[in-house]
Amino acid sequence: MKKLNQRAWLFVTPVLLLVAFNALIPMMTVVNYSVQETFGDNLFFWQGIDWFEQVLTSERFHKALGRQFLFTFLILIIEVPLGVAIALAMPRQGFWVPFCLVTMALPMLIPWNVVGAMWNIFTLPDIGLLGYFMNHTLGISYDMTQNPLAAWVTIVIMDVWHWTSLVVLLAYAGLVSIPNAYYQAAEIDGASNWAVFRYIQLPKMKTVLTIAILLRFMDSFNIYTEPFVLTGGGPGNSTTLLSIDLVKIALGQFDLGPAAAMSLIYFAITLLASWLFYTLMTMNDNKS
Amino acid sequence: MAQITLSNLRHSYRPDPAGDDDYALKKIDLTWEDGGAYALLGPSGCGKSTLLNIISGLLVPSEGKILFDDQDVTALPPAKRNIAQVFQFPVIYDTMTVYDNLAFPLRNRGRDEAIVKQRVTAIAEMLEVTGMLSTRASNLSPDNKQKISMGRGLVREDVNVVMFDEPLTVIDPHLKWKLRSKLKELHQRVRATMIYVTHDQTEALTFADQVVVMQDGEIVQIGTPVDLFERPAHTFVGHFIGSPGMNVLPCEVRGGAAFFGGEQVTLEGPSGIAGDGKAEVGIRPEFVSVSRTGGGIAAHVRKVADIGRHKVVEAIAHDSRIHAILEGDAPNAGDAVMLDFKQSQTRLYKDGWLASRPEGGAR
Repeated sequence: MKKLNQRAWLFVTPVLLLVAFNALIPMMTVVNYSVQETFGDNLFFWQGIDWFEQVLTSERFHKALGRQFLFTFLILIIEVPLGVAIALAMPRQGFWVPFCLVTMALPMLIPWNVVGAMWNIFTLPDIGLLGYFMNHTLGISYDMTQNPLAAWVTIVIMDVWHWTSLVVLLAYAGLVSIPNAYYQAAEIDGASNWAVFRYIQLPKMKTVLTIAILLRFMDSFNIYTEPFVLTGGGPGNSTTLLSIDLVKIALGQFDLGPAAAMSLIYFAITLLASWLFYTLMTMNDNKS
Repeated sequence: MAQITLSNLRHSYRPDPAGDDDYALKKIDLTWEDGGAYALLGPSGCGKSTLLNIISGLLVPSEGKILFDDQDVTALPPAKRNIAQVFQFPVIYDTMTVYDNLAFPLRNRGRDEAIVKQRVTAIAEMLEVTGMLSTRASNLSPDNKQKISMGRGLVREDVNVVMFDEPLTVIDPHLKWKLRSKLKELHQRVRATMIYVTHDQTEALTFADQVVVMQDGEIVQIGTPVDLFERPAHTFVGHFIGSPGMNVLPCEVRGGAAFFGGEQVTLEGPSGIAGDGKAEVGIRPEFVSVSRTGGGIAAHVRKVADIGRHKVVEAIAHDSRIHAILEGDAPNAGDAVMLDFKQSQTRLYKDGWLASRPEGGAR
């Protein structure tokens, strides 16, 4: 039998410490809060799973969760096909390649709160370019602060503007990695453009698209800054997404117990949904 | 099925070619007979892939015409030419089964599902992939993937030509042999014109009835494997085919006779050169005999390589290196020997091109 060598701990310990300090310990404080009640002065009372029950049965949470899913669904259904379409339309060689790539990358380089502020000003009915144009030139009533639909349209378009590029760049990377022989063979086989897309481009983009969808899912499900700056969750609660609601409960109402319970549920949903996405999308790969 | 004629073909990848150097294909006039097995042989970068892509329609030539029988197809896209091409790296449609892969070219042309089934089954049988028909193509090994690529090329029964662009590059050596003989067998069964591009002489010589040798965008020689071996039309062909290649020795021509280092070398026949001057003697290592005594050219042995079946002797005579292939006993390095050239295989080359003629034969 091999002699046990304990030296491996030396190599594992730094990582363990790092993970402990950046994930485990902060997380455990949240777990700690989620099962207790406090009235300040560092006094805590055991509360069991009461906060979890309260959150899970509250209508407010259900509505915020519903809005969150709707938002994520909308942006995925728009950004993924649009991103793929743009990637397909981009030149694959020549003078315009760097131009297209940089133009595409620009929105992603802008800080999130700046994006929110930009779109806020852009859509102001009296001075914003878009807001003024819609209200005064076209005569269409468009005011995010009054109309929930306008608010929704705006946050969705804002996210599409900000993040479609990520899908574009990933899909583009997948496309340029396809050897020319595939296109030539397809041409000789008499394949239509649709068949080329369906049987060559899409399969070759699958890996990167899986990553793109996962990233966009997680980011959009956890989105906070841009809608907070843009609408603050309004008008009313119409754009109060999960994260905005969470911050309201934790920092607005200072209900640390329910906020902690909600954080954990939020985290569990994100994790579960990501796992489901990934499993479903890679399921076919393992089939022979 | 058709006869393919290339007429006055030139191609340049530059928009404004100035001199001959700007052309990847200099001037190609060539006819591929219907049903022939051809190999296009040449070193990397000689223009053979360019020529292939022009025949398939993936490239439009700068000048010249391509005819399939009497129809001018120069401007037709690949799909309209009814040709098939197998690429260096296997191209398969990952998400489809082997069956669907083979059926793809037929289905794209709207063929009846019953015919598709019949053709796919027949081709699968020929390629010995029947057992894999329902497997996902992405799970196959490289050689099987390449078989499927070939199958897609052969599945249409009416193709004008099937082209292979170095199809065995990614295949393991022990499978290369199998696939190569498979191809030869397929050619005999389907009788389609096949053009096989390669830089590997063994592949070319085993596959083809006619080998087209290219160099620097030009066709140097067209002939059977035996022609290329015995009477290379150019010293390049002599070098390129054979292992080691033909010995090419500088010589002086005086009054119709060739002198190598002052010693007369008896040629196969008339020198074919009028007047005196510099030329080259070409003799294959297989036709050089080595003896310790006896007549011939004095030389000393520099090294002897035993390559199993035979020994390759490298000797130096008059500052030129001469290879000889010997069966059985061979001298040792450093020995002084006499080299004798087999007269009927001793050729004379002028400016690289074959000049001498066989005894009594017309040129």
